[in-house]
Amino acid sequence: MGINRLQQKAFSKYNRRLKLNTIAIIDYGMSNLSSVVKAVKHVAPNDNVIITSNSNEINNADKIIFPGQGAAKKCMESIYDKRLDSVIRKSSQEKPFLGICMGMQVLMDYSDENQGTNCLSIIEGKVEKFKTKSNIKIKIPHMGWNKIIKKSDHPIWYKIDSESYFYFVHSYFINPADKSSVIGETKYGDIFSSVIAKENIIAIQGHPEKSSYTGLQFLKNFIETKY
Amino acid sequence: MSVTKRIIPCLDVDNGRVVKGVKFVDIKDAGNPVEVAKRYNDQGADEITFLDITASSNNRKTILNVVEDVASQVFIPLTVGGGISSVRDIRALLNSGADKITINTAAIKNPELILEASDAVGNQCIVVAIDAKKKINSTNQISWEIYTHGGRNPTGINAVEWAAEMEQKGAGELLVTSMDKDGTKQGFDLELMKAINDKVNIPIIASGGVGTLEDLYNGIKIGKADAVLAASIFHFGTYTVNEVKEYLANKGINMRITHE
Repeated sequence: MGINRLQQKAFSKYNRRLKLNTIAIIDYGMSNLSSVVKAVKHVAPNDNVIITSNSNEINNADKIIFPGQGAAKKCMESIYDKRLDSVIRKSSQEKPFLGICMGMQVLMDYSDENQGTNCLSIIEGKVEKFKTKSNIKIKIPHMGWNKIIKKSDHPIWYKIDSESYFYFVHSYFINPADKSSVIGETKYGDIFSSVIAKENIIAIQGHPEKSSYTGLQFLKNFIETKY
Repeated sequence: MSVTKRIIPCLDVDNGRVVKGVKFVDIKDAGNPVEVAKRYNDQGADEITFLDITASSNNRKTILNVVEDVASQVFIPLTVGGGISSVRDIRALLNSGADKITINTAAIKNPELILEASDAVGNQCIVVAIDAKKKINSTNQISWEIYTHGGRNPTGINAVEWAAEMEQKGAGELLVTSMDKDGTKQGFDLELMKAINDKVNIPIIASGGVGTLEDLYNGIKIGKADAVLAASIFHFGTYTVNEVKEYLANKGINMRITHE
């Protein structure tokens, strides 16, 4: 026996009073979500954290987290297979939306990865590969802890100093058209955009879920900030 | 300013507990994995590696529980090694909260496993462990040969060529141990580290033989390692991770120093 509509209404009113948020972590089958889920649950013990590939659940959630690992082409194929492209586009325009790693890259127009991959075109710009220059050898992937230099004040930086360390693992980086959206930069060989904020969207190339206390603060800021 | 060199404490896990021992003799209980991992995290460890030394395979579930418990409370990269031989094993560990997997013997038995695994879960998850011993031939040429089973079984494979092959197959990182130096506290085999580093363009973790802080410095400065893995200097309380990092930072190595 399920709960009836009256009970449901009462329950959601109760949730609102408790400020219980539903945070949806989008599962499109392309990443190991367990680290993200564990970190989000750790910083939001009273919120309702769901892992979902269901459009209705994503539409009903209060905040969206869009992680991702692996290759761009497979990620895009997987997004289309699960018919998630339109709900990702819609939710990123309507509510707080956090892209992490590949979940940042596929928001762009196009990635150089896999002989070229068209992405979601939610944010204008492209995704490029790190290049080793003749004078400085840089290893690819960019793997390990690196500094993020704050480029502007933004609520996502609450209690996080400029030049704080985050954990990165990636071979490609974004090059957004609108430079004013860049709120964090990182140097690896050249300087690249490691955090952007545009309207509802925040996206980070590093892995806050693996960046110890600093990363947890970043996730907490995303979850607790009112937009 | 760029990516920092990493300090990685390595914990041996036997039946769900952290153990410390010298060369598998005199194994002592060194505590609950969550508590130990938390302590190293708070000391500024950049990653933590768990080596599952549980002998019996029917206890494989125990390591999944350990990873699950640690990953729920410690939010830095976790690597797990020991007895992993299939994509199924890898997925089970990643689903429990591991971020990377190290593979050794299984890659030698079946090099295609690395291709299959990196294709399935991404090369950032796949660390290939290389155990090598130095060889000098009749014309005084130095090479290194891969060994399996903790240095007991020679394979005839050249370690430097193997490193390049593993990079091609999709290894995201290499964990290089000198069997000549392991357990000796004489420092890393710097020539081996450097030879592999010159050949590949993926990160290298140096392991085996750390006795002093200078050994770690040399591994990074001369051996060109991107990360160093050490067990006994941390477990026996010789140094904390912070002390190691401050020493290396003072000598000009790029380190993530935390003040938690």
